[in-house]
Amino acid sequence: MSKAAELAKWGEVSTNGQVSGRRNIVINGAMNVAQRSASVTGIGAAAGYFTLDRWKINTGNSAGRLTMTQTADGPVGFANCLKLDCTTADTSIAAGEYLELQQIFEGQDLQSIGKGVAGAKEITLSFYVKANAAFTFGVELYDLDNTRQITKLFNTTTGWVRHEFVIPADVDDGSSPFGDDNAGSMQVTFLIHSGSDFTSGTLNTTAWANAINTNRAAGIDSFFSSTDNNFFLTGVQMEVGSVATPFEHRSFAEELALCNRYYYFRGGGGAASILGNGGYYSGSQVESVINFPTIMRVAPSLVQTSGTNYYVAESGAGGADHLDDWLVHLSTPYSVLIYNSSDASGTSGHYARIGSTSDGSIAFSSEL
Amino acid sequence: MNIIQAKYCCYGSETEPSSIRVQSDGNIVYSVPLDPANTDYQAILEWVEDGNTIEDAD
Repeated sequence: MSKAAELAKWGEVSTNGQVSGRRNIVINGAMNVAQRSASVTGIGAAAGYFTLDRWKINTGNSAGRLTMTQTADGPVGFANCLKLDCTTADTSIAAGEYLELQQIFEGQDLQSIGKGVAGAKEITLSFYVKANAAFTFGVELYDLDNTRQITKLFNTTTGWVRHEFVIPADVDDGSSPFGDDNAGSMQVTFLIHSGSDFTSGTLNTTAWANAINTNRAAGIDSFFSSTDNNFFLTGVQMEVGSVATPFEHRSFAEELALCNRYYYFRGGGGAASILGNGGYYSGSQVESVINFPTIMRVAPSLVQTSGTNYYVAESGAGGADHLDDWLVHLSTPYSVLIYNSSDASGTSGHYARIGSTSDGSIAFSSEL
Repeated sequence: MNIIQAKYCCYGSETEPSSIRVQSDGNIVYSVPLDPANTDYQAILEWVEDGNTIEDAD
């Protein structure tokens, strides 16, 4: 093979994304990890993380409601997608209403963009989308550190379409880089329902600018216009540079490990589970130390179901001690102590095997 | 996290709280460390700014 042919082949391989791995800044872009649940109904009253890891529903002031699911559908090469299904329409859109699907990134993971300083780089955003009908929606990059944004509009059809947007570099005033820390510095947001507070201006779509709310979502349709409406999304990729390369597929284990920095499901929920080793610190307090599989972003919250006898501490001599829920103490990104001192009744110093019934479940959250 | 009720909690015989127990929707309960970088803790502080009160520990 000649040198020219060799170089051409190398270029082809590189373009096909076969050797240039770890390009995608988005976590769980292929929608394969859903530690919380595969499906949640009635979403719309409050913002939060409901199903697919790292994908947040941000909503306010709307009567519209939806079901969010991890769905076994996608373009070739994708087993799953995120599906939103409108279950309660809202056609009387008040000024302050909004419905957004977003992922927030730590500043320390965005340093390669060089945003806000001389030599800042372009960002390319790509994703696959479809819907039940033709809609125009928006996708926004929002700089949380410097309150700057840019929005691109995209259209849906009933078939999967990959959209690719090159976002220009933002040098700004040359002195506003992303914080090099674990706080949220930028978010990618799919804008699918907005009131006039966000639509009454002129869409800011050409270059980054200081955020003006009325310019953020001008021209988008409403996902809540009918209960017929569905929105499907997968293959979300954000990479440094001006070329949309093929989606970077990662193994389930790799993706789960990335998700675990923000959310770690420990056990329970539908089946009795062992949660950990523990013991009686006193006759009225049982506790257990839980180590996390990866270092979490910050000291996490314990998220659990709570109810009569949802959990159990079993010790050989003392039998089963039934508990309703847990509290955290000394929560750090590395480990946490969980304890119960409201229901526990045992013998100080005795070992206890900590578990949950099928109703109990615990997880740890350090989401952005 | 939709906050319905929040209460400080102290570990063992300690008198300084180390977490806040939050009753949320349905049977979901959070135990939130007092870490300013924790977004659940930030949400509780916003809830307080809106005029709500965290109950004292027992």
